[in-house]
Amino acid sequence: MLATLSAEAPRFFTYWNLVFLATALGNTLVMVAVGCGLGVVAGLGLAVLRAKRIVRFAPLRWAAILIVEVFRRIPVLVLLMFVFFTFQLLGLNVRALFVGALAILLRSASLFAENFRAGLESVHPNQWDAAEVMNLGPLATLRRTVLPQAWPVILPPLTIGLVGMVKATSLASQISVLELTFAARQLNQRGFSALIAFGTILVLYFLLSFAIARLGAFAERRLVPKHRRA
Amino acid sequence: MFLSIDALSAGYGAAPVLEGVSFAVERGEIVSLIGPSGSGKSTVLRCLVGLVRPSAGRVAIDGVAVDYASRAAVRGVRDRLAIVFQQYNLFQNMTALDNVTVAPLTVKRWPRAEVMEEGRRLLAAVGLGDKLGAYPDQLSGGQQQRVAIARALALRPEILLLDEVTSALDPELVTEVLDTIRGLAARGMTMLVVSHEMAFVREVSSRVLFMDQGRVIEAGTPAEIFDAPRTERAREFVTKILRH
Repeated sequence: MLATLSAEAPRFFTYWNLVFLATALGNTLVMVAVGCGLGVVAGLGLAVLRAKRIVRFAPLRWAAILIVEVFRRIPVLVLLMFVFFTFQLLGLNVRALFVGALAILLRSASLFAENFRAGLESVHPNQWDAAEVMNLGPLATLRRTVLPQAWPVILPPLTIGLVGMVKATSLASQISVLELTFAARQLNQRGFSALIAFGTILVLYFLLSFAIARLGAFAERRLVPKHRRA
Repeated sequence: MFLSIDALSAGYGAAPVLEGVSFAVERGEIVSLIGPSGSGKSTVLRCLVGLVRPSAGRVAIDGVAVDYASRAAVRGVRDRLAIVFQQYNLFQNMTALDNVTVAPLTVKRWPRAEVMEEGRRLLAAVGLGDKLGAYPDQLSGGQQQRVAIARALALRPEILLLDEVTSALDPELVTEVLDTIRGLAARGMTMLVVSHEMAFVREVSSRVLFMDQGRVIEAGTPAEIFDAPRTERAREFVTKILRH
């Protein structure tokens, strides 16, 4: 196998193929940054919107719950198609990459919202009581005491979820976003072996996921005080 | 009349917890609420600070009625009353000093140097001058409760509400917390106390209210309530409690 690979490598790693792969990697990174990155922020937002101690206006909480429950239950591939065809029906001509990033964002946000909710709910209600009677507002309470206590519960599953969503960006190849999986399939169709084409993106996906896992570990070190780490 | 409570009622859902509770607290007075579990003592305190919305009745401070439906009014009340909880409810992610100073700094926006100085002084006053940087889970229950008392005092309340502050403590830790409260009593702090420590209640209270099933059954001086209860229910409770 190694012999086949090394024989094919000089023909595969040409300037144009590398540019092609770099473009694909760039698009994957855009979906990760926009989809997953904003997904974390939006997930926190959704979890906050459905928190009773923060949002007293029930319809707003219901709306957040609806968004989370709907998008969490749709397979990513179906969600991609849904977003894609919705834009088409509306007659809006948007780039496939935008559709991919948006679908990943919707999915990430609803998925991560549950991580955040679990974290917020793991903090004892008496912390809210104590803050409330001292006139500490809901958002100040969230920022100063609830969220810091919730990070140990939020971060490990959030990191796993992020890595999962990075891998899910590969599904955007189905709506012809030029991302890593799409690129590998193209190269394979152009006559390069599946071994080298998919082997290359396998390494790239691994590195990307690994980087995110390290980022998660870093966040844990920064956000969870030493004496409270598991 | 500093704090007056008139026909206060409250309930969680359909079940009434308080039914027409009335009493008053004068400045400098220590009023204690006693009675069996579930009699509504803690709910009175939780109503006063706006954690439980009263369903009927009137609460007035310095003669001005409090509208618990108005957020601004509730915030105003909380500026004047402070509560200490049975489970201390210290912020677990903050040191003792941060627990004491967070509200004065972020809510009151008092000058930082002054707040930190006051925080250290208050913690020293409750005997925790050497635990400023300790987190709640590094402190004993009694120490945590004393931090909670310091935290409540840091807001300079006009009245301190104590909700069974020794009930969650090991017996040998109760004394240190009660001594702290005795110190406050000696300095003339107005307090509304819910407690099962009958000897303590008898010693510090100006007046004692006996509650049962959401009502005040009997009110009087400690001597009246403990030595000569007028109602059968109070007599039964007092004899049971004092027997051990």
